[in-house]
Amino acid sequence: MARILTMRKALSEAFRQVMEEDPTVIMMGEDIAGGMGAPGEQDAWGGDLGITKGLIGRFGPERVLDTPISETAYLGAAVGAATAGLRPIAELMFVDFMGVCFDPLLNQAAKFRYMFGGKTKTPLVVRTQIGAGFRAGAQHSQCLYPLFAHIPGLKCVIPSTAYDAKGLMIASVRDDDPVIFFEHKVLYDSVSDEVPERPYSIPLGEANIVAEGDDVTVVALGRMVHFARTAARQLAEERISCEIIDPRTISPLDEDTILESVANTGRLVVVDEAYPRCGFAADIASIVAEKAFRDLKAPIRKVTPPHTPVPFAPELEDAWLPSPEKIAAAVRESVKA
Amino acid sequence: MTGAVHAIAMPKWGMAMDEGTVTGWLVREGAPVTPGQEIVEVESTKAASALEAREAGVLRRQVAAVGEVVPVGGLVGVIADADVPDAEIDAFIARHAKQAAETGDAAAPQPRRVQAGERWLNILEAGTGEPPVLLIHGFGGNLESWSDLQSRLAENWRVIAFDLPGHGDSDATGEDWSLSALAASGRELMDALGIEKAHLVAHSLGGAVAIALAKAAPQRVTSLTLIGSAGLGPDIDGAYIEGFLAAKRRKDLKPVIARLFSDERFVTEPLLEQLIRMKRIDGVEPALRRIAAAAFPGGRQALDLRSAVSALPMPVRLIWGDADGIIPAAHAEGLGRGTILTGAGHMAHVERPAEVAELVRELVAEAERAPALVRP
Repeated sequence: MARILTMRKALSEAFRQVMEEDPTVIMMGEDIAGGMGAPGEQDAWGGDLGITKGLIGRFGPERVLDTPISETAYLGAAVGAATAGLRPIAELMFVDFMGVCFDPLLNQAAKFRYMFGGKTKTPLVVRTQIGAGFRAGAQHSQCLYPLFAHIPGLKCVIPSTAYDAKGLMIASVRDDDPVIFFEHKVLYDSVSDEVPERPYSIPLGEANIVAEGDDVTVVALGRMVHFARTAARQLAEERISCEIIDPRTISPLDEDTILESVANTGRLVVVDEAYPRCGFAADIASIVAEKAFRDLKAPIRKVTPPHTPVPFAPELEDAWLPSPEKIAAAVRESVKA
Repeated sequence: MTGAVHAIAMPKWGMAMDEGTVTGWLVREGAPVTPGQEIVEVESTKAASALEAREAGVLRRQVAAVGEVVPVGGLVGVIADADVPDAEIDAFIARHAKQAAETGDAAAPQPRRVQAGERWLNILEAGTGEPPVLLIHGFGGNLESWSDLQSRLAENWRVIAFDLPGHGDSDATGEDWSLSALAASGRELMDALGIEKAHLVAHSLGGAVAIALAKAAPQRVTSLTLIGSAGLGPDIDGAYIEGFLAAKRRKDLKPVIARLFSDERFVTEPLLEQLIRMKRIDGVEPALRRIAAAAFPGGRQALDLRSAVSALPMPVRLIWGDADGIIPAAHAEGLGRGTILTGAGHMAHVERPAEVAELVRELVAEAERAPALVRP
């Protein structure tokens, strides 16, 4: 039976179900149990935003491991555990901190299957928070997923709804390759939708057509999907119909759904919260320019932040982010062209 | 009196929906509209979709503002010709508001899970009168396919729709996916609900399930209405079964589901999304494959229940759409009472609920009038 859940609750439920079904699934991260073994304090917190609350009580400290503040150490341990038969879910609070532990992901986990001729599996999920909007400053607000999508061998998942979050998380844990799962911190509690109680999985590499439309294809990820929907409502009043596509995973990428949509609309607006240079928006634009040039009736538009760090001042942070208004303006320009 | 005034009302997408939120107007007040044009976007907990104009005219009033929650049947907007005076539009809106206040807001019935034998089954009950009516859906369907018919029959009786094992929100666990196992689930559900005897109304694969149930326990079935039923001949659209099993996305499922209906407007995005979501649940697709392998191997029907139907002691009626592309209406021939609905497809109860409800009423009344004819 389906209930309305927040993305936070949907993810918690996914963790519980995958840990129940498979005893090799373990969790690792800083404060995910809630305080390094101090009696009476365990489970007080459940991660820095409380997503893993309740898991240590249910599955015990052998499967829910609080780690020292050494991302290099526990990410390395997680990669090793994955190759040795476990299915670790490692939480790294903010993607912004990934720099300190990049080698185990970039040069180890991502390469094993290829370098060992397919004889090694690395069923690892690394969860991490992305996104601006929390007034958390330049070092806690980035959307660094393009860094990971750049590396062959890593799968990259960016859910936009509670339903997708649960189904994609279950699929990620069951996947035999390393998956980086990017959770937008603003969406944990601001998004809620219908989520089935039973486990289900959404295939990685399958875009979702969020809304069907005829005039413009709008590709967006994570929080930007919601901004695109708001923009599409404004535009509908102006009789401009948007087809919104949420790729859900950017590696693997469902190119076909995007190209089919552009073949129908002839116009493309890509919305992304990541930095613009060598980013996701540029990638989608290049694919469409290369493979669907003759379908295009107007130049491709990108709506991204400027190529600067995320500002700390609230007014500047808001101005920095893409917005429904900026998306609507880009769509109007595309239609006019 | 000038031209007609038409309501745009909050639709009911499924039995459990009792309200929806207006999320965006696609047409300005005063703008002309044509039939089929999308007017307003609406979101329920189940789905989000646009409501289309049924009539040509002018969108005279956006009654519900963006963000407003409107009960099912409540007024969202008004379409009328340009020359209808504003006073008449105001009066129309006032009449609607008065009616809504008088009828009150009875909460829609909600589905619940009931343990029936080994499996938990998802059921939706509506109405109260005896005798109870049990609705059994077809392959790949769920209890919501009965939505319209169930609310009509619930005016008179306690009507229970349930998800067959492997479907909807019922368990997809267990080993036995034979027709007799599905029929046993139906009987176990009756046991669990304390129902001694029921009228069965069943569609497609559910029809074969109902026949098997009635054959195994004739004393518990008072009448049997079979709509586009399986089990009555060798033919079935194998491409439909294969296509349904194979589809992973709405766009792949769309042409498959379109085969069920004669009118394409029933193939909505919310319906397709609901079915895709059902197929993603752990265990559902393997269960559906095993059901299909047992009932429809190689694109043919495995079970011939014609002689069983002829031998049933209770009144039986067959209903078939003559445009049924899944199971041919010719299977109804030679089995007694049959009604062909001209123009209806395989989902006759969805496309023509009023006529199907009337046929069920007739049969139920007859079976209740003449219990002596029903051998124990």
